[in-house]
Amino acid sequence: MNGLMILIPVALGLGLIGLVAFFWSLKTGQFEDLEGAGMRILIDDEEPVE
Amino acid sequence: MNARTLNAALAELPETVFSVPGMRCAGCISKLETGLARATGIVGARVNFTAKRVRVSHLADMSMPDLVSAFERLGFEAQPIGEALATGEANDTKNLLKAFAVAGFAAMNIMLLSVSIWSGAEGGTRDMFHWVSAMIALPTIAYSGRPFFKSAWAALKNKRTNMDVPISIGVTLATALSLFETATHGEHAYFDGAVMLLFFLLAGRWLDSVMRDRARDGVTALLRNTASGALILEADGTSRWHPASEISPGMTMLVAAGERLAADGIVSTGQSQFDLSLLTGESVPVSVTPGMLVHAGTLNLTAPIEVTVSAVGQDTAIADIARLMEEATQSKSRYVRVADRAAQLYAPAVHTLALLSFAGWMLAGAGWHHSLLIAVAVLIITCPCALGLAVPAAQIVVSGALMRAGVLVKDGSALERLAEADRVLLDKTGTLTLGRPAPVTLIELSPDQRTVALALARSSRHPLSQSLRQALEAEGVTAADVTEITETPGAGLSGLWQRKPVSLGRPATINGAGLLSTALEIEGHPPVTICFADALRPDAKAAVEGLAALGLTGSIMTGDSLGATGPIARTLGLTAQTAMSPADKLDTIRRLAGGGHKILMIGDGLNDGPALAAGHVSMAPASASDAGQNAADAVFLGDSLLPIVKAVRAARATQRIVKQNFALAIGYNVIAVPLAIMGLVTPLIAAAAMSGSSIIVVANALRLRGAAK
Repeated sequence: MNGLMILIPVALGLGLIGLVAFFWSLKTGQFEDLEGAGMRILIDDEEPVE
Repeated sequence: MNARTLNAALAELPETVFSVPGMRCAGCISKLETGLARATGIVGARVNFTAKRVRVSHLADMSMPDLVSAFERLGFEAQPIGEALATGEANDTKNLLKAFAVAGFAAMNIMLLSVSIWSGAEGGTRDMFHWVSAMIALPTIAYSGRPFFKSAWAALKNKRTNMDVPISIGVTLATALSLFETATHGEHAYFDGAVMLLFFLLAGRWLDSVMRDRARDGVTALLRNTASGALILEADGTSRWHPASEISPGMTMLVAAGERLAADGIVSTGQSQFDLSLLTGESVPVSVTPGMLVHAGTLNLTAPIEVTVSAVGQDTAIADIARLMEEATQSKSRYVRVADRAAQLYAPAVHTLALLSFAGWMLAGAGWHHSLLIAVAVLIITCPCALGLAVPAAQIVVSGALMRAGVLVKDGSALERLAEADRVLLDKTGTLTLGRPAPVTLIELSPDQRTVALALARSSRHPLSQSLRQALEAEGVTAADVTEITETPGAGLSGLWQRKPVSLGRPATINGAGLLSTALEIEGHPPVTICFADALRPDAKAAVEGLAALGLTGSIMTGDSLGATGPIARTLGLTAQTAMSPADKLDTIRRLAGGGHKILMIGDGLNDGPALAAGHVSMAPASASDAGQNAADAVFLGDSLLPIVKAVRAARATQRIVKQNFALAIGYNVIAVPLAIMGLVTPLIAAAAMSGSSIIVVANALRLRGAAK
């Protein structure tokens, strides 16, 4: 019984963290440009030295 | 006018969204973002690669052509997208996704607790698990259930019933009873059933919404926002670009060859040929001379002219057609979707059944508590979980398959109506034909002449040059080395080839038959005339025959003359009505619809707009006018007409699968409902039955993946 008192809130809390993270990612547009995000890694931010 | 501080003005920089179909790689993203940010007047740009869009924030005095030319300097073609289309409405999908995520989270956790109860938790532990389940379920149902409660309430207020009414009643009753059970230390609580039901149903709703978004984005990208403005000749002799809303009668528009008019007007200087097909369906270009009236939406083909504006906005010929369209759209909104039609039979049956089992057990002396428990089990078991998923799952699978085959279907109801169509009416210009002039006398050109013609044609944006270039490139011709190419507006192109002057341009004598033509001259050779005509689409005959084989008899309905339509009607073996105005087309559709026919209307022009809106279902090619694409239920890409046949076939396959899914759902009820009425259904059986039937229905829908082949 005591174990449950700790484990159930922990399980729910972990699930909630996932849910909150998903809401945050929706709100900040993380899924807006799935292909582009992968491609941006390849962009050189600095100008090549001439 | 309004006094604004500099800071406020800076904070409110206008943003414009452009569709840039040409971006392909990471290099394009950085080229666009850094290149645009360096352009004068542009503050920043952000690329969305998935949607092939760029959001540009710029100074307020940047006009649309300035922005488009900034893209052109970087080597990209860009089209502005209306702000309302670019952002709004997508929120619907987002909210459904949020509700779906919450329901998923809750369903998983409650199921975890329920499994412990089913495996034998008793006494205080069971009560505690029930209470924890209740604490998760109540906020979830309040949040995730909103889409259903709202829609059910709206239906009940109008004294109708839809799928959401039995869902809402079932979920509410099950929750209330489970709460009572929990408070009285009862054995069975249906929190898991209620939340899982919402989870599955929200999956269906979300899929439906995703499908609509995807097609809308596809169609938005095709819209050209044609003639959203014009170059206006100012009093001081300079010219400046004005958006269509700022043009007023009396202004003088400078219209280059290849541009569409933004307003009705009278030609003041210059002679040219006009393509009126978008407005009237007439394929033969009309010669215009000073003093003639020209309408907004028509295309200037050959030479630059000046037009004095006579009417704008609501007073133009286009606005009349828009009014007809608005009126015609109403008939479509009366269509009731398959799922809702099923619900009209289903909901009363379910409610009677639940009520009867309650009454039956009461009479049998089971006590109101036990009877209510059984009634709720019946409601949960019969809740149209599979039905709610059956239709959207099938429709999204098929719309994905159709999208790969080049057809964008705007929503699920369009697929349902497409499957019902039993007659097809086709517009001619731009629908059966390509709607653009294509060279028909290329055979008369020698190989040398071809290479020279391509070299000259590709350096001009004139519609005839573009068409000639496309045709020659399609034949694999490589351009000759022509130097010093110059373009004289209204006359043509000239250059030097092997030190001989060459030219491509207006023929010395204009062809009497109204045929478009251009003359190619190479010094030392006799000049050749290249004639252009609006050719029939490839596969047009195969498509018409394919439709006939599906039981859709076709006929042509065109604004063009009998002479121009006759040969095409004969080739395709169709009857034709000619010289029809937009109102005539609308009347014909209404008459046929009155006779019980379900019309599939296929058209492209502005003049087809009312007919497209009035047809039981309608399709437009991607080359259609913006109005045509907006009014149509589906848009097909490419030159071929065969996607229409594929779409009809796929729509019918979808209806078959949907009917099978309904049969599966009913079959499952036939087995499960008697068990529920006998009081044998526990929450465990309800949960297993619910997920089992949903999975079967989705798996059946996945069979449609190849439906558009």
